[in-house]
Formats: sequence, C-alpha cells, structure tokens
Amino acid sequence: MAVALGTRILRSNAVAALTTPHGVDRYLKHINPMWAAHEVRARIVDIHHEVDLPGEPRVATVTLQPTSTWAGHRAGQHVSVGVEVDGTRRTTRVFSVSSADSKPGERFTITVRANPDRVPSVSSFLAYEAKPGQMVHLSQAEGDFVLPDRVPERIVLISGGSGITPLMSMLRSLQRRTHRGQVTFLHYARSEDHQIFREELAGIAGNGVDIHLLHPEAGDPNLSPAYLTKLLGEYSEIPTWACGPAPLMEAVKAAYADSEALSTEYFQPPKSTGVAGGQISYARTGTESANSGETVLEQAEAAGLTPEFGCRMGICFSCTATKKSGLVRNVLTGETSELPDEDIRICVSAPEGDCVIDL
Amino acid sequence: MTTTVMNKIALKNPFKFREDEAVPTLTPEQMDAFGVELDAIRARVIADLGEVDREYLYKIVRIQRRCEIAGRALFYLPVIGWLPAVAALSVSKILDNMEIGHNVMHGQYDWLGDPDYNSRVFDWDTMAPAENWKYGHNYMHHTYTNIVGKDRDVGYGILRMAEDQPWRPYYLGNAAYAFGLMMLFEWGVGVHDLEVDELVAGRRTWAENRDIGARIWKKVKKQVTKDYIMWPLLTGPLFPLTFAGNFTANIVRNIWTFNIIFCGHFPAGAQTFTIEECENETRGHWYYRQLLGSANISGSKLMHVMSGNLSHQIEHHLFPDLPARRYPEIAAEIREICERYDLPYNSGPLHRQLGSVFAKIVRLSFPTPRRKVTAVTEVTAAPMAA
Ligand code: FES
Repeated sequence: MAVALGTRILRSNAVAALTTPHGVDRYLKHINPMWAAHEVRARIVDIHHEVDLPGEPRVATVTLQPTSTWAGHRAGQHVSVGVEVDGTRRTTRVFSVSSADSKPGERFTITVRANPDRVPSVSSFLAYEAKPGQMVHLSQAEGDFVLPDRVPERIVLISGGSGITPLMSMLRSLQRRTHRGQVTFLHYARSEDHQIFREELAGIAGNGVDIHLLHPEAGDPNLSPAYLTKLLGEYSEIPTWACGPAPLMEAVKAAYADSEALSTEYFQPPKSTGVAGGQISYARTGTESANSGETVLEQAEAAGLTPEFGCRMGICFSCTATKKSGLVRNVLTGETSELPDEDIRICVSAPEGDCVIDL
Repeated sequence: MTTTVMNKIALKNPFKFREDEAVPTLTPEQMDAFGVELDAIRARVIADLGEVDREYLYKIVRIQRRCEIAGRALFYLPVIGWLPAVAALSVSKILDNMEIGHNVMHGQYDWLGDPDYNSRVFDWDTMAPAENWKYGHNYMHHTYTNIVGKDRDVGYGILRMAEDQPWRPYYLGNAAYAFGLMMLFEWGVGVHDLEVDELVAGRRTWAENRDIGARIWKKVKKQVTKDYIMWPLLTGPLFPLTFAGNFTANIVRNIWTFNIIFCGHFPAGAQTFTIEECENETRGHWYYRQLLGSANISGSKLMHVMSGNLSHQIEHHLFPDLPARRYPEIAAEIREICERYDLPYNSGPLHRQLGSVFAKIVRLSFPTPRRKVTAVTEVTAAPMAA
C-alpha cells in the first residue's frame, strides 16, 4: 500500500512539473539506485554457475532484484539488460527470463551462456565478471511468446540449447500454478554435460510432466514428424511452444506445417560479414539498397531517403541515427564498430557488409 | 612586422585593436599540415576516452543534483536560508547548463551509451528547448563559426559584434541591448532560433517558425511553472521569497553564461569571416577558422568547471564533440602548434577578456571609419614562418 501510494505520487504530474526537464528518476537514483518512478533497474543478488566445463563458455543464472517499477513478467517473455561492460560504455542485450511468472517488483532470474565471440559481450560479463550487489539497467518484460492464462490440458514444449530458458520459465510457472494437464517437454542439447537445469528437470519429471532430453550427437533421434508421431500421436493439433537455434526451428516448422497450434521464438544472433558489399536496410522506411561503400548518409540519399543532416562532416550530430546491426567504419578515424543499437553519425559512417539502420 | 607581434600588442591594448588588421595566413601546404596535426590530437584523445570521463560526468551530475536539492530545501529557512539557497541554485543551474547540458548536447558523451546523457535525449534547465538549440548552436554556429551572415551567434541578431556588420543608427544602443541580453540571456537563447530579425526583414516566414515556436512555448511553460509557481507554492507563505530567489538564481546564471560565451568569441583579436572566404574550405582551414574565431579565458580549475570548460573555447571549437574535461590537457599542445605556425592563440584572464568585449560593444555602436585596404593585403600576403 505505502509503496503503491509512494509510486503514485512520484509518477504524478506535480512531481513531473517540479523536476522538469530531467524527470524524477534522475534525482531518485542519486539517493538510492533502487529507487525509481519510471525506469527499471535491478541489483544482482546471486550468480549461480549452471555449466562450467573447461574450454566451454560458462552458463550462469543471475538472480535480479528489480526496482518496484518492474511490472512483472509472463513465462516466456524476455528483457533487455544493459551493463557497462568495460566499466565505460553501456551495452544492451536481450535475455529470456528463466524463472516462473513474476509479479510487480518481484525477483526473477535470467540464464545466460557466455558469448566470447562478441565483444563487448554482456553475457560474458554476467557469467564471468559480474558480482552480487552490482546494478544493471532493464527494460520491462516484452514478447508474445507466452502461455495463455488458461493453459490447455495437453501441451508440448520443444527447445534446443539456450532456447530452454523461456520454456524453463513456462515449466516452472506450470509447477507453481499446479497445472493438472499433460506436459511433454523435448529438449535438444549437445551432450549430457551441456544439459542445464538437469537436476531440477529430474525433480519435475513425472506427475503429468514427460521430459525427454535428447543428444543427437550421441545417437538420439533428431526432431522429425515420425519421431513426434511416435511420441505424441496426432501431434500437430496439440498446442506447442518451441524455442531454439535456426536449424531446430526450421525442423519444427516443417513438422507442424501451418498448424495454428505452434508458437515459436528464434534465437537469432546478429550477423555481420565484415566485408564491403552486402545490403543496407532502412528499418523505418523498409527500403533496401546494395552497399556501395559510401557513407550511410550518401547512400540513404541515393536511395531516395531524406535523413536529417547539418554539417556533413561529423561535428554537429544532426544526422545521428541508430544502427540496429552491422559493422560501420568511421571515415574520419578509420575506427570500426559493430555494436547493435548504436547511435552513429551517418555522415561519417560507412558500412562494411550488411547493415540495418533505423531510417 | 610579423602578425603575431601585432596581435600581442593589440591584446595589450584592446581599445586600440581592430580586427582584420592582421589576419595571419598559411600556405595551402601549411594549412593541410596544420589540419593533420590537429586530427592526430583528436584521434589520441578519442582512443583514450574511458572510465575516468564517465566518472567525471557522473560526479559533476551528483554535485549539480545535490546543489539543486539543497537550494530548493534552503528556501524553507526564511531569512538565513535565502542567500545560501540562491547560491546553491545558481551553481546548480550553471553546472546544468554548461558542464553538463551544453557538453552533453554536443554529443560529447554519446559514446557512453547512457540514455540519460545522450545528445538526442538530454534537455537542460533553461528556456531554450534542446532541439532548437542543437540546430542553431551545434550546426549553424559550430559549422559556420564567426562567418558574418551565417553564424547567428555573431550578435544574436540584436548586437553589432563585427565590423563586417554594416552600421545602422539602431546600433547606437549596442551597449544597452547587450546589457538587456545579458540579464535575459536564457530568454534570448530561447527565442534565438525564431530569427525574429530575419522575420522582420521578410527573409523568413511565420510557417518556418511554427514548430520551433511550439517547442519554445512548451518548454517555457514548463520552466515557468517549475520555478515561478510550483516550487514557490510548496514553500507556502514564503512564496514571494522563493519566487524572488528562483528569479535571482536564473539571473545569476544568465549573467555568468552570457559573459563566458561573449568572452569566448568577441574579445579583441577574435576574427570574423566572410562567406566567400570559407567556400570549399579544407579541414585545415576549418580548424584555422575555428582557432581564429575563438578566445580562451585563463583562470583556476573552478572557473573552468563553472564555465563548462568553455573557458577553453579554442579547444572546444576545434573539437566540439570531445568531452570538455579533456580541453585543459590538450591546451598546451594546441598553443605550441599555434606558435610553430605563427598563429595567434587568444587567451587572457576573465577581466581582460571582458574589458575587451565591452570595449568592442561600445566601439561598434558607432560607425566604423573607413580604412586603407592596402595595409590588410600587405600583411596577408607577407610570407609566413613555418
Ligand atoms: S551532419 Fe553534422 S555530424 Fe553528421
């Protein structure tokens, strides 16, 4: 009650008028980083290593205590997590929530596999460097890949690799909601050693939950219509949620054809070829053109767009636009950068290879 | 007679100095080499940006927020609280506008990836809406620095600040207008982008101003509500005192920012340029123009922080998007380069730069007597030492 009233006051027009133009959050966080009226932040309260094999990227579950502004999440949703990876630049990545449905302000967990290929890597930071007590920046939970409020009697969950996290959230929610129906859970991993949540899954198995952990590299069957039929019978009408890497998802989609019963989510790492050529896509206008190697501003204009600009020499920032993905080279300094969702001055940035710009 | 000597003499006696008498020039080769040297400094600083810069910004923001909170709170202490409240609030507004607002809106901290200090998101505690200001300042002023007829910061459309601006009897009031602009500086900057003088002259239409005007109106309403209604109301019976205190803090900030900015561009020795001179200019010439059009103020560290390091106006104009806290550390190097190229590096203590600005404002309120053009060409054509 008191919290709700406090939040109501902090979000009021009166407080907004008193704190304009900066807004109340920019004052609150100087008093206590866990106080917020609009923004969402979280304190890391625990880091648990799920898989920690030598020579393998670590998988860690990070428990987060969000600010009271966290609106909660539904199993299957994801959240953007922003951290200052090298102590300086903030980088943001999206992770699925791995814990059961959360209510406003409630703790939740994300489970991340360190990705050392990408620098700076939020996942590597969380898995190897983060310490309890540190703050991270969050978005609200997002995504439509969720269980309905009334869960059908019979459902199927299919995941591969790290795609297990949203399904784990669903499974845990079903446990908590005391779902009485029949759940079949299929998970594909490289080997038994790579299996995260192994013990918990063993504990859940039985009681209407049917768990199949499959390791095709060790001889287990791949996902195919024949296998699904053997396991489930007339499977294509059973409500199914599937999440995993592209090859698995292609197999699932092929097996279910156009069935309305299937909901999917991809785990899509942004591709960057790092060579000249490729395509520039302009996300907002839906235009596309072959990358000529000129600056984004010149190419956008050649493609018929009219982006804002001022000096056209990199000093006034009028032309700043968000690069969604791809590698760009600063034509003044020769510096390259491939951070996703990065603000670039398009008058001095030339893409190398594929690139998506919010124009 | 070399140009630098002339400049030194001129700076000693600002009342006698006249612009254009000694514009030092460089050969195209020198100009290019000059540009390369400055580019190298820029690259080095960018490579070095990191945690210290982030921590510095956050520290200044912490100090500013605390001053603001202290200022607002001290108004509850009648009589003894009033002066400290005004002082704290003035400091808060000055830090907010200069070391934080001006610099963040230049994109100096965009690389942090922190949306709170991103040039596209940030707005400051003053009448001018960020979006309008960024166009007039970051684009028009920083690209066309001191080009008469292009850079609207030359005289702000009100004053005569360069001899190239033709004299009219209106300018007899130059000093009075300057005083008025100083007191109402935040309002001046706010309506600056409407280009009222251009509107009156018929070179600009009302339609062009619709969006700009709407943004100003929205921002002004918010600023006025905050400082002159909401915070005073919150202090109940002390309303008039709080109102007066907020008003005073705004004026203090106006006076300070006006003086810093005018000292940065208009003391004796700072050059103005014509549009023709700057057509097809090279990177080197651009740097050269930025250097000659700016002036530094020497002083203590506190003075530099309170001016948002715009006391290093030269470095700021050479590298507008580098975090301003880096300007002091590169200043010595810039000065050394200038010496080598025999270019003036205009720097002086606040009182001297102010005196010289004031002298110029008064001098330019009267018509400028014609000069012999030959003297200028002679000096410009003189060979320069490398
Ligand atoms: S247009 Fe001025 S920075 Fe790109």
